[in-house]
Amino acid sequence: MPSKPKVPGLVKGLGVTMGIMFRTFKDGANTVQYPHVKETPPIRSRGVIALHEENCTACMLCSRSCPDWCIYIEAHKQLAPPRRAGGKPRQVNDLDRFDIDYALCMYCGICVEVCPFDALFWSPEYEYSEPRIADLLHDKTKLGEWMETVPEAPELEAGAQKK
Amino acid sequence: MIVQLAVEIPYWGQSLLRVLGGLVAVLLPAGTIVYVFLFKMMSFMQSRLGPMEAGPYGSMQLLAEVSKWLQKEDIIPENADAKIFKIAPVIVLASTFLLVVVVPFGPDAWMTNFQAGVFYALAIGSVSVIGILIAGYSSANKYSYLGGLRAAGQLIAYELPMVLAVVGVVIQAGSMNLQQIVVAQNTQEIFGLDWIGLPFVLTQPVGFLIFMIAVQAELTQAPFDMPIAESELVSGYMTEYSGFRFLIFFIGEFATAGVFAFIASILFLGGWGVPFSWFGWDTIDSVDNWMNVVGPLIMLSKMMLLVGIIMWVRFSYPRFREDQLQRFAWKVLIPVALANIAITAVLKVAV
Repeated sequence: MPSKPKVPGLVKGLGVTMGIMFRTFKDGANTVQYPHVKETPPIRSRGVIALHEENCTACMLCSRSCPDWCIYIEAHKQLAPPRRAGGKPRQVNDLDRFDIDYALCMYCGICVEVCPFDALFWSPEYEYSEPRIADLLHDKTKLGEWMETVPEAPELEAGAQKK
Repeated sequence: MIVQLAVEIPYWGQSLLRVLGGLVAVLLPAGTIVYVFLFKMMSFMQSRLGPMEAGPYGSMQLLAEVSKWLQKEDIIPENADAKIFKIAPVIVLASTFLLVVVVPFGPDAWMTNFQAGVFYALAIGSVSVIGILIAGYSSANKYSYLGGLRAAGQLIAYELPMVLAVVGVVIQAGSMNLQQIVVAQNTQEIFGLDWIGLPFVLTQPVGFLIFMIAVQAELTQAPFDMPIAESELVSGYMTEYSGFRFLIFFIGEFATAGVFAFIASILFLGGWGVPFSWFGWDTIDSVDNWMNVVGPLIMLSKMMLLVGIIMWVRFSYPRFREDQLQRFAWKVLIPVALANIAITAVLKVAV
């Protein structure tokens, strides 16, 4: 046998909903009317991934670790001037293509974690939906533009070790 | 409504007026209920504003929704029994229209003044079960089928306490005619307070409570929404419906809420009338003509009050489990309703 319904609890429940209704009338809702009012997302929000192109060495680690293979990288080797006078010209990878397909991306952030050269960053920017799904493929220019929205890294916690 | 106009209206004209009146009496409350309660009251109870973009305060949202549904593709599953699948929502909505036929909105503003109005209303009100059952059965979908069966079991279980609760009112009014029930409530008096009339909610509080609970279950509103329990059955018997057929179910749900609230307000709250002693009326024939205009407004406000309570309960409580639902109807509501009838009958004879 189920226990008997407690009438006072039922009445209390009705009071809660009615109370919240009047509170919403009086003080306004907890929500905001999105397109007109925008809430600032938290600083570490995973909105969009930005690319700092100068740091990228086309090592492909991000592309290979991406669970749904949404990062496309193409590069070619070329010679760069030597660091020291009289040195040998360096061989570097020059980035031809760096695309992230946000139609596939699942915002796991593994690419950002795995990047050894700090070329990828999270930005809290979230308004980049497109009418055409193909436009969700952001190329390296567009990914570079997102860099402007990347916030300053917050202070490390006390006692935390900087790698 | 018809006889007092100076011009004699031909029969087809009267029929047209009645059809228009029925449409207004069904669709106007349905739209108001959806906007005021489903869109706004529910949102405010959840501390949000609800639709705000379409029209001032989102008041045109319903038009937007309706036109969205009308544009959608009318999908019929391959294995569905197409003919029955198509007809099912129409049966549900038709039962609502047939229900409003006996509802009196004023001394002369009625569509038909049926002697056994209560009997008819309760009988027609359960025709929608057939629509729901065949909707679930013809969808060729297990969820729909289970939803339809649950709906049938539930509606039959709660039809009984509803009928029994009404019997008390019928005994007290001494008539099954809804018009006579209204008159009885507004000519009798209680405790010598003749300014209040005798709304039967005062003498039949148990009956009123049972009736409202049964209405809640008949409308499959939470906490009695087992048939469309979305966490178990997707959307129950409505799972396979889309586009305008779903729209018909949707209108049917809220129009029926409005019409049942009309009937509840007639049976328990005095219907369209004000206590006749206010204006020195003593029988229905002496009621002034302006009540035909004011009466529907009174009915509308009472209906909004009752639907407000139904929706309030709906938005507040979690749903029953299937066995609790049946147990509640058969082991609690029906015995209490039977006791209510017995006591009412004894008092009627004794007093």
